[in-house]
Amino acid sequence: MTAGRDDKRADWEPVIGLEVHVELNTQTKMFCGCAVSFGDPPNTHTCPVCLAHPGALPVVNERAVEYATRIALALGCRMAPVSIFHRKNYFYPDLPKAYQISQYDEPLAVDGRFEYWVGDDKLSCRINRVHMEEDAAKLIHAGGETGRIAGSDHSMVDFNRGGTPLIEIVTEPDIPSSEAAREFLNQLRGMVQELGVSDVNMEEGQIRWDANISVRRVGSGELGTRTELKNMNSFRFLQQALEAEIPRQIAVLEAGGRIDQETLHFDPDTGATTPLRSKEEAHDYRYFPEPDLVPLVMDEAFVERVRASLPELPEARVERFMAAYGLPRYDAGVLGSSGPLARFFEQAARSGVDAKLLANWTMGEYLAHVNAAGIEPGKGHVTAERLARLVKLVETGTVSSSGAKDVFQLMIDERGEPEQIVEKHGLAQVSDAGELAAVVAKVVAEHPAQVEQYRAGKQQVAGFFVGRVMQATQGRANPKLVNELVRKALAG
Amino acid sequence: MPGGGVDPLRLTAREAKRMLVEGEVSAAELMKVYLDQIERVEDKVKAFILVTADNAARYATEIDREAGASRGALAGMPTAIKDNMVTEGVVTTCASKILADYQPVYTATAVRKLWGDHVVTLGKTNLDEFAMGSSTENSGFFTTHNPWDLATVPGGSSGGSAAAVAAGEALWGVGSDTGGSIRQPASLCGIVGMKPTYGAVSRYGLVAFASSLDQIGPLTRSVYDCALLLSRIVGRDPHDSTSVRLPTEIELPKATTLDGLRFGVPREYLATGVQPGVRERFDETLMLIERLGGAVEEMSLPHTEYALPAYYIIAPAEASANLARFDGVRYGYRSAHADDLIEMYERTRGEGFGPEVKRRIMIGTYALSSGYYEAYYGQAQKVRTLVRRDFAEAFSTYDLIVSPTSPTVAFRIGERAADPLSMYMSDICTIPVNLAGLPAVSIPCGLADGLPVGFQLIGPAFSENRVLNAAHALEQAIGFTALPTFKDTTGKGEEA
Repeated sequence: MTAGRDDKRADWEPVIGLEVHVELNTQTKMFCGCAVSFGDPPNTHTCPVCLAHPGALPVVNERAVEYATRIALALGCRMAPVSIFHRKNYFYPDLPKAYQISQYDEPLAVDGRFEYWVGDDKLSCRINRVHMEEDAAKLIHAGGETGRIAGSDHSMVDFNRGGTPLIEIVTEPDIPSSEAAREFLNQLRGMVQELGVSDVNMEEGQIRWDANISVRRVGSGELGTRTELKNMNSFRFLQQALEAEIPRQIAVLEAGGRIDQETLHFDPDTGATTPLRSKEEAHDYRYFPEPDLVPLVMDEAFVERVRASLPELPEARVERFMAAYGLPRYDAGVLGSSGPLARFFEQAARSGVDAKLLANWTMGEYLAHVNAAGIEPGKGHVTAERLARLVKLVETGTVSSSGAKDVFQLMIDERGEPEQIVEKHGLAQVSDAGELAAVVAKVVAEHPAQVEQYRAGKQQVAGFFVGRVMQATQGRANPKLVNELVRKALAG
Repeated sequence: MPGGGVDPLRLTAREAKRMLVEGEVSAAELMKVYLDQIERVEDKVKAFILVTADNAARYATEIDREAGASRGALAGMPTAIKDNMVTEGVVTTCASKILADYQPVYTATAVRKLWGDHVVTLGKTNLDEFAMGSSTENSGFFTTHNPWDLATVPGGSSGGSAAAVAAGEALWGVGSDTGGSIRQPASLCGIVGMKPTYGAVSRYGLVAFASSLDQIGPLTRSVYDCALLLSRIVGRDPHDSTSVRLPTEIELPKATTLDGLRFGVPREYLATGVQPGVRERFDETLMLIERLGGAVEEMSLPHTEYALPAYYIIAPAEASANLARFDGVRYGYRSAHADDLIEMYERTRGEGFGPEVKRRIMIGTYALSSGYYEAYYGQAQKVRTLVRRDFAEAFSTYDLIVSPTSPTVAFRIGERAADPLSMYMSDICTIPVNLAGLPAVSIPCGLADGLPVGFQLIGPAFSENRVLNAAHALEQAIGFTALPTFKDTTGKGEEA
């Protein structure tokens, strides 16, 4: 069934907003000199400041401000001339001061926009704000089955992560579907990676988000009551959760019910969303300006310096790839979204080989190779220049497409040059009409029955002969030439 | 006689430094004078939470072996440190049960600077718990007694440091001042106490009470000593974002006249509750100012009446967050009677904090809570701006503003303990200064009913040198030489 009128969902549209947290990869923490680290022994990167010992004071990490500014500018935000830090108060063992230093009503930057692709559609999402804060420590709940606090018999705190610089990006509710939410995050992640300000490792929680969801009648300008899915770091679970939550809300509203504004937990095992206990929700954070820090004044020269240092961002690059190389939107998206792969492609393209052919090779054999080998594009033996030379051999007909695949594998196995491998393994395409004509004649002579079929009008039998000729030449024959010769021989 | 006839009740730091430099007394001998005095009077005064006698004696001996350039600028000067400044390896309690056994892992910047100058620490002095109070009666351990009359309070919250200096148990000391906590005890104990401009001294390692108001400062026997000590602890600290480099260095004062200086007397500070004896000493001091060439004029700081209520919103609000870290998780006291996390928090804090601290945490939490923030905290910040503006306007006409430091002399122990509001009134003349972040000093200007009266001089931000020079000239003219007697009028009722 198509999205027909009897599908009630068609009358409704979801409205999704995201709050995305990104841990910055600065050398030191947000407010002290401890190293930002991952995977080190617990509580080895701590000091009086990040353990909240009496009398310790925070000092803003300037590099973190620079990194946050990079993100804000890349999102087209307006930098606040003056922003201030607030204290967000609540008790929890992962928050040693019992307040998080964050930004509240005077954030670092406001009013941005992020453009992203969903299939062939380019969507635009308004960015409400970008602000800076510090991460909490890591809690490990032990002695239970789930790793959650309920049911555990003791908990441990690792303060290594406590105080890591964190950026929060808050969108407007502009995201129209679960797929769009996923693409937004994926492409935002690519952008942040390109900026070099975070490792954005999802498993480490270096990028994680809260999603706000409501639904409304198509065409309605109003926003419905929203629910919130907190602290997610998996695209798959996000999509699953949204795909559970959206129909749930629609069903409630269709039945004349009311959506409660609440925080939900998504259980990947049941695939359902359930409300968190309201006690965990009843927070009054009692925000007030952090008196230990002076207002953050944005120097215009600093902003301009950061702006000038921004790299080309994926979204712009994809457009450029389409225009400059004549690539389809899909190819440009694959090649242009990730910095290392884009740089690899462009370097190879400088050789002047056919861009579409190069794109096919880069997205096909090459990407499969780096993914399998677990290396970053550009690293390893198959340099951009070597791949370009291989593609050139295909373009000039020196090797066939299938032969080139063998050459590619041998380049990796033998760490060789494409031309030498072609020579050494005799993989050059045979384009000598005389040589091939002899093979064709032999094959035709061996299969009189098929010749009869062809001559009786069964044209497709030609393919059989071409196949046999290719087989006989171990795939090295120029297929176009073989085709011609076969038809000529059969006709004769 | 050890110490060459040194009288710890009279010896100034200036004189002690000269004697040490010229070899008239050794650091060890000097130290013995103070340790002996502690031995003699500490039972009565109870200024110290911890006396580090052995360390002090040993360190003084080491200093005597150092010679010439390697000796610090304040080498061998016996110093008392308020027990809300963290000292590595030396228990720092804030006079609170919740930190009764807390061993700091680092040292406060101001103390580190003094240690770098080779002062010798005598010990850590008593205070109102977390510096919340005006009498030391809120100490979680015991009350300090005023050496002028052991039945009275020394003031607070830096009452321990003030009493120690007044009682000759220390050459000088450091305290902290959030709403008068250096100046009021200095006034009640007959010594000099100064709160510098906000940001002049690093707060790193000062256990925070109200971050936007707290400042460390000296408690000394003379204005000269005050300048000397201050000059060694000021400066920008990379660990404290709110600290600044002073535009001019602290000078040792030498003014003898007040020629050309205009003094404003805010009528609001004298409006109510000033004891007649305090008023008399104050008026006499004003006449001295004129005799020294200064001009005195009554003037107005119109928003004064709102300063106290604004302070009692802002300070508790900040405190409610600052003291939230004492949760029993990482250090300090943890209740042994808790089955889950929330209960552990509640019991730890319920058992660890005293009543005044709890009162202020509750006031502060309430003032910041959703729906009340604007009415309380927001409003108080506006008042603070107005108070600041009052001073800024006044300083376009006057060089200095003067007032009694405290409306009364030392009150009797227990007299105000049951009435927090009357206790809060002790700081009516000092609190506006903290709200405006200004420098102010209290100097003794005589006795009323046998107890010291303090005179406060307030200057514009970073006018420490002006304040200290004027205070010095005035101090010389006042010639306050009375000494505490350690009498005890307990049970004799208040004298008329």
